[in-house]
Amino acid sequence: MKKSRVWRASALIVGLSLVGVACGGSDDASSAESCDGALKIAFFGALTGDAGNLGQNIKKGLDLAVAEHNAANADSQITVEAYDSQGDPDQAPALADKAIADGCVKGIVGPAFSGESNAVNGKFQEAGLPLVTPSATNPDLAKNGWTVFHRALAGDDKQGPGIVAKITADGKTKVGVVDDNSEYGKGLADIVRSGLGDKLVDLKSLDAESSDYSAVITQAKSAGVDAVFFGGYYAAAGKLAKQMQDSGVTAQTYFPDGVLDKGFIEAGGPAAEGAIITCTCAPFDSNAAFLKSFRDQFNGEDPATYAAEAYDAANAFLDAIKDGKTTRGDINSFLDSYDKAGVTKQLKWDEAGEVAGSAVYAYTIKDGKIDGTLGLIE
Amino acid sequence: MSDWLIVQTFWDLTVTGLALGSIYSLVALGYTLVYGVLRLINFAHSEIFMVGTFGSLITATQLLNIPLLEDGAYPYRTGLTLVFFLVVLLFAAMLMSGIGAVALERVAYRSLRGNGDIVGAVVLAFLTGFVATMIIRDETQFNFIAGAILTAPIAWFYLRLFGRGKKAPRLAFLITAIGASTAIAEAVGIWGHKGREQYQTPRILEKTTLFNLFGTEVRVDYVVVIVGALLMMISLALFVNRTKLGRGVRAVAQDAETARILGVNVDLIILVTFALGGVMAGGAAMLFTLVYDQSRFNIGFILGVKSFTAAVLGGIGNVKGALLGGFVLGLVENYGSAIFGGQWKDVIAFVVLLVVLMFRPNGILGESLGRARV
Repeated sequence: MKKSRVWRASALIVGLSLVGVACGGSDDASSAESCDGALKIAFFGALTGDAGNLGQNIKKGLDLAVAEHNAANADSQITVEAYDSQGDPDQAPALADKAIADGCVKGIVGPAFSGESNAVNGKFQEAGLPLVTPSATNPDLAKNGWTVFHRALAGDDKQGPGIVAKITADGKTKVGVVDDNSEYGKGLADIVRSGLGDKLVDLKSLDAESSDYSAVITQAKSAGVDAVFFGGYYAAAGKLAKQMQDSGVTAQTYFPDGVLDKGFIEAGGPAAEGAIITCTCAPFDSNAAFLKSFRDQFNGEDPATYAAEAYDAANAFLDAIKDGKTTRGDINSFLDSYDKAGVTKQLKWDEAGEVAGSAVYAYTIKDGKIDGTLGLIE
Repeated sequence: MSDWLIVQTFWDLTVTGLALGSIYSLVALGYTLVYGVLRLINFAHSEIFMVGTFGSLITATQLLNIPLLEDGAYPYRTGLTLVFFLVVLLFAAMLMSGIGAVALERVAYRSLRGNGDIVGAVVLAFLTGFVATMIIRDETQFNFIAGAILTAPIAWFYLRLFGRGKKAPRLAFLITAIGASTAIAEAVGIWGHKGREQYQTPRILEKTTLFNLFGTEVRVDYVVVIVGALLMMISLALFVNRTKLGRGVRAVAQDAETARILGVNVDLIILVTFALGGVMAGGAAMLFTLVYDQSRFNIGFILGVKSFTAAVLGGIGNVKGALLGGFVLGLVENYGSAIFGGQWKDVIAFVVLLVVLMFRPNGILGESLGRARV
């Protein structure tokens, strides 16, 4: 008797949840663009997880832009919605559906990383939800014919040659190249590989999640490299730098923008000192007005990687809303004809969604801090 | 990588492979012991390892007050201080992992075996209340208090349930193990002070070259890991073979029912088995932090899968098999990723496992803790 009661109860629960799912489904379809409350600009990317610091920076840039807008326009109050994908392409699609279903979300600042962008931008395209990514730099993203896609900084097709130019200018002749097998890391490393020509020592990929990179490091060591480039994110880069130093590899390390974070310094410890990190993002203190308002907003904290790009991206959306555009479609066409000076660069997008300009900056780690004095490459 | 490179780097790869392999071996022992005695694959064992790394980390930073960096350099210690600190950290990790393993057995598995008692009921009841009240409000403090209040009635219900003395089907053990594994890892990922980020452990052992082996510089930390692991395994073998409790472990592994009839306290022996596995995992955890200076909530996941593979490779339930499997796996992975590239590391490990299992279905040394001489 007892057993059958349990069965009946669980059948009821399963049945109810199915009804719930069905209702949820029909709701989504009908309310795709209708919005009763305040308009929203959404952050989409990692706030937690292996590269969560980068997403935190982006969200702060967005928060600042929205706070300024709300203070200046009492009749147009915007809210920020955050979708934390943990940078994981597997978790991103469900969150994208959620963002699309919320009719109040009129624009996305993100997706932050290239892998998740590849997984969800098609969805945003179908829904006509415009996006400006302040950080996803994989070149192929702009080649999908997505009309909603915009990028607030130059892609890796610009950063890659910049890295090669920097390595060459530094007089390195034997360059080990390794990546983390991610969309972003491998894509960028491949550009660097093809640019290096006969200077290349191909170290292939490593498993970023693994704690031991000794197989790759052993090869770098025995090949006698004088420079190593790693395509990937900061947590793995820190481990790699540390284990390289432990194994007595003295080669100069080069990293891309995904490593430009204090997390790299934490994970790398003393081994992070002197590493060269490239980024198509502008030095954080390049715009005095932005620097000041950022510090005021966040209790004296300095902006970090991508915060200024996110601020620019958010302002493009806010300008559209100020211009009276309130549907996703109208906002997207507004972005297509946008041409305005942001804090990092002139924001004007071509048909593929690439921003004009191709500046690549070099940074280094000095006394446990990110140092931007190396400046522009080339 | 081309062939000449693996020849050149052979001894380098061997040393690092053996170091990682000995950590696999130590963790594999936990899987093998529990399997030998209970025929249960304790998937939560990887989290016991993780807990051990945190035991070592917390002791180093909180109790011994070692900073991550001193004036921008590693906080190296030398001489007797170093030895003292290493021993303290080792025991801290072993203690933490041992307690974790025993608690897991007492709360999760014992209740499933139909021998649930008041301790298990109370802990389970508290956890049930804690999680269930999250439906109302997701606030750690509130959940904690509400869970504590609800503990008594739920525990009473659990005790009545346990009173029926029914043994759960084997599948229930397996799913409980997987559930416990996820729960422990997520708890650390959610409530740990750095959440899901990576933790750094202070480095007190300077990684100097100790000697040269065929032109390869062998670092002191690798030597400590390999020697330390071997010593721990020898002590375990002595314990299982030479002590009364060890005889009990072997008896229960051979035939639990007969052992019970002959007066062996089976529940105690099972507890001892879990404790032994936990202590070994704790030792592995401390050695791991010595080489890699890091931990995080899911650090045990990949390492646990690999160690389980090592246990199966050597012959699960076989203590010598765990040792052999760990070393073989560590070496094969290292050679393999040097030849094919690091992205193939895991694939190589499992291809080797499959090939070995095709010819030796019970692993290299065969199954069973009781039958095989340990």
